[in-house]
Amino acid sequence: MSTGLKINQGTFSFLPDLTDDEIHAQIQYGIDNGWAVAIEHTDDPHPRNVYWDMWGMPMFDLEDAAGGLHEVKRCREAFPNQYIKVNLYNPKLTKQTIALQFIVNRPSHEPGFRLVRTETNDRHIHYTMEPYAANEPHGDRYSD
Amino acid sequence: MARPGNLDSRFGIEKPDDEYAEMTDPMNEIPDDLVVDAEKLFSDSKVKEVLEQLDNELVALHVVKERIKEIAHLLLIDRLRRSIGLEAEPPTLHMSFTGNPGTGKTTVAKRMGQILWRLGYVRKGHVVTASRDDLVGQYVGHTAPKTREVIKRAMGGVLFIDEAYNIYRLDNERDYGQETVEMLLEVMENDRQDLVVIMAGYKDKMERFFSDVPGISSRIAHHVDFPDYTAGELLDIGKMMLKDQRYRLSPEAEETFQDYLDLRLTRPHFANGRSVRNALDRARMRQAIRLFNAAEAGQKLTKGDLVTIEAEDIRASRGFDDMHQNPDDAQDPPKTESKNEKKQKEPAGG
Repeated sequence: MSTGLKINQGTFSFLPDLTDDEIHAQIQYGIDNGWAVAIEHTDDPHPRNVYWDMWGMPMFDLEDAAGGLHEVKRCREAFPNQYIKVNLYNPKLTKQTIALQFIVNRPSHEPGFRLVRTETNDRHIHYTMEPYAANEPHGDRYSD
Repeated sequence: MARPGNLDSRFGIEKPDDEYAEMTDPMNEIPDDLVVDAEKLFSDSKVKEVLEQLDNELVALHVVKERIKEIAHLLLIDRLRRSIGLEAEPPTLHMSFTGNPGTGKTTVAKRMGQILWRLGYVRKGHVVTASRDDLVGQYVGHTAPKTREVIKRAMGGVLFIDEAYNIYRLDNERDYGQETVEMLLEVMENDRQDLVVIMAGYKDKMERFFSDVPGISSRIAHHVDFPDYTAGELLDIGKMMLKDQRYRLSPEAEETFQDYLDLRLTRPHFANGRSVRNALDRARMRQAIRLFNAAEAGQKLTKGDLVTIEAEDIRASRGFDDMHQNPDDAQDPPKTESKNEKKQKEPAGG
């Protein structure tokens, strides 16, 4: 089976996929820094797709990463073949932004991207890319 | 999903097959005469300090202390076994505290987080207190997220459910409490290493709750019953409370307070430690009035005056009068029913 192109978004994405223990440790690092934990998932891997679907509410009051990992597992159960990421949001005034985000689940097969060339005036070429998976309608992508 | 080196636990597989093949039974591998460094572990874990602190700060409650001691030692030996590679399932530590009002159930539960943390059983040791309102929703679909929110917050520590029997109402089959109970059951079974659940309440109601929901009772390893205090123990509790607030009883006041407690013990609605606290709060109030009047009369006040509660501050208590004429004394409403019957109906938690 060809694994196609493994997408690289967020922190750690060039490393082998994180184990649950490693995910726990990363979430704990965020909690210890006072960051909120949020889980998001999508089946559109385009790098410009910044609005993933929220999995439940962000968790602002966790003490231990087990709560965050619990939600990751529940999200995996519901969407085993989608991209799932953990966002760690720094709510501090003057920051108020994602401090760390990493992918914790990806489809078993990632077909990759097609390069699209569009010829415009004076034979200029505009390049863009689109995920092969996005040819299928939302919900039908990445089925086994 | 491709996860090199890690078959995901969502498939219910903890370790890849080949790792099982490499594993040998440590029971046979480790020689029986291998010496373990028990002393270092014991001194590192500070178990002794934890137990001593418990002994010093809580009066009586011998049964409870004994049980905590057992748990502490079990966890310690467990760690010792682990240190030489004898793996075992971590013990289940869900608990239920039963007893009359004011016997220290909540106090001990709040301590439990710290104790378990110092023994290395939980990762964080915070205590999340939840009641029916925090767990059970108002409409369909409201309960599960609400309960899950609380459970997630408590992970790594202790989830303390006061008056747990309120969650489940047998007489109303449309009540959403059932859903909460089911989620709790699941968590108590599957997330044992992340969460310790402590349920507290009055004995008879808890027993009814356990018989209505048999799954709960069997998942709780430690059922601890908090006995009522004797008058002597209550006096010790009172003195300890005063000491924390930088007060003391004069010798006469101590005698008077002892008499007062003897009297109160026979009254209905007596709430053990809580009644002692209320009585002392009222005594402090009377002391304040006494001192204020003295100062107004031109008397010089000393530090001794400020910290000492005199016999008259306590003697003025309505406990010594006919208690049937004290409608404003919330702790002692006039009652004719027997002590035991009334205790069960008092709404406040233990």
